[in-house]
Amino acid sequence: MDQTLSDFGTVFVFLLLGIIFVVGGYLTARLLRPSRPNPEKLAIYECGEEAVGSAWIKFNIRFYVVALIFIIFDVEVVFLFPWATVFKQLGAFALIEALVFAGILIIGLVYAWVKGDLDWVRPTPNIPKMPVIDDNESNG
Amino acid sequence: MNTGALLPNSFPFVMSTSLNAWSDALSELYLFGLPLGLVIIAAVPLVFIALYALTYGVYGERKISAFMQDRLGPMEVGAWGILQTLADILKLLQKEDIVNKSADKFLFVIGPGVLFVGSFLAFAVLPFGPAFIGADLNVGLFYAIGIVALEVVGILAAGWGSNNKWALYGAIRSVAQIVSYEIPAAIAILCGAMMAGTLSMQQFNLLQEGPYGFLHFFLFQNPIAWLPFIIYFIASLAETNRAPFDIPEAESELVAGYFTEYTGMKFAVIFLAEYGSMFMVSAIISIVFLGGWNSPLPNVGSLALNDWTNGPVWGAFWIIMKGFFFIFIQMWLRWTLPRLRVDQLMHLCWKVLTPFAFVAFVLIAVWEIYVK
Repeated sequence: MDQTLSDFGTVFVFLLLGIIFVVGGYLTARLLRPSRPNPEKLAIYECGEEAVGSAWIKFNIRFYVVALIFIIFDVEVVFLFPWATVFKQLGAFALIEALVFAGILIIGLVYAWVKGDLDWVRPTPNIPKMPVIDDNESNG
Repeated sequence: MNTGALLPNSFPFVMSTSLNAWSDALSELYLFGLPLGLVIIAAVPLVFIALYALTYGVYGERKISAFMQDRLGPMEVGAWGILQTLADILKLLQKEDIVNKSADKFLFVIGPGVLFVGSFLAFAVLPFGPAFIGADLNVGLFYAIGIVALEVVGILAAGWGSNNKWALYGAIRSVAQIVSYEIPAAIAILCGAMMAGTLSMQQFNLLQEGPYGFLHFFLFQNPIAWLPFIIYFIASLAETNRAPFDIPEAESELVAGYFTEYTGMKFAVIFLAEYGSMFMVSAIISIVFLGGWNSPLPNVGSLALNDWTNGPVWGAFWIIMKGFFFIFIQMWLRWTLPRLRVDQLMHLCWKVLTPFAFVAFVLIAVWEIYVK
């Protein structure tokens, strides 16, 4: 390895090169492309209709719930990664401890599951009620 | 480092297995204050992404989809349409760059950039064979799955910045899907880390080295390994927004999802990022479960197939071929399975894959401590 840069220094070089590539691509395109804007082109694409209102609206609360459950589990997995590299040396004690740690979070998952927070909003099918015709009665 | 660490006096221009030896030979040279060796190391994956996305990614996918549907696919530009993607790129470069007037210009412009940089940064820890890796971080695997998640920020910036209803729906669906499937994917990768006892990407490969080829791969070393393997594969489809999890860009309902408003070069950058992360997840699954750059061929008696097919060049060949194999399955599934609904998607993630991932986690932990 190079003496002056650590491994994360290499990652930094990757970062710089990625940014240069994107900016370079944008600039190359800028030199080559035409620019003839008109109001129609600059309108929001909505399948030919005039856009009504802004798209910056409140969205479904379910997305926040998903994000919250995600954060809990993601933090858990983050903690388990260092454990995974050493648990063979630590043996049964570390295993049980990790299982308790994961178990508590699984209880959380079960709770969210039972409360219905994992179910997505589904349209309730609107089945029209048809009058039941009893053949025997109509004959009699 | 470890076994792959460099020998201090090895002659760098000979293809040896010492890690990045050739770039150390250039350590005296600097390009804009950065060591030239490192710049070349970073440029290799960049060129790789561009070439693979142009050839196998776009052209290959179009041809494979065409053959699966009994069509011919692109046939006009060059023999068998082989220059089609080149023509596409030239066209995209000349396309007018349209930023709609009510968009958030800053978010709209940086969105594709963040997407691409996030996808490209993951390649920093991808070992292309025993002699080439960007940076053999001791937390490499963890870094890879973490940095790929940066795409979420890019997608949200692109979708929200567009100020377009299709784009917003595509972005929030995509983000919900990616963060949800990150849980089973991360636990499945955790199972791989437990089998290996390391997070270094290079070490993963070295641990699966051996004379019997594929028998040394973690998938065949542990009887439970197929469970996290399948879970990670399914979750990786969702993380890269591939069919059957392509509801964020479902063309029949959302036009193109979060990149509806993008044109020209920005569109090309988004595509490059998507193909980049497709290869990245395929490479991660190959490294963690299928030996990475190790040859799958076993030594059979005097036929030393494994010894003949290992080395720096063969290593690059195997890891790229394994990656391409999984990308082929991704393309195949696209024309085989119908798209999932949002509620089915969440059901599959939280009620099927996550519990099974925990089961795999417990079983592998028990197996590694008590059986092995």
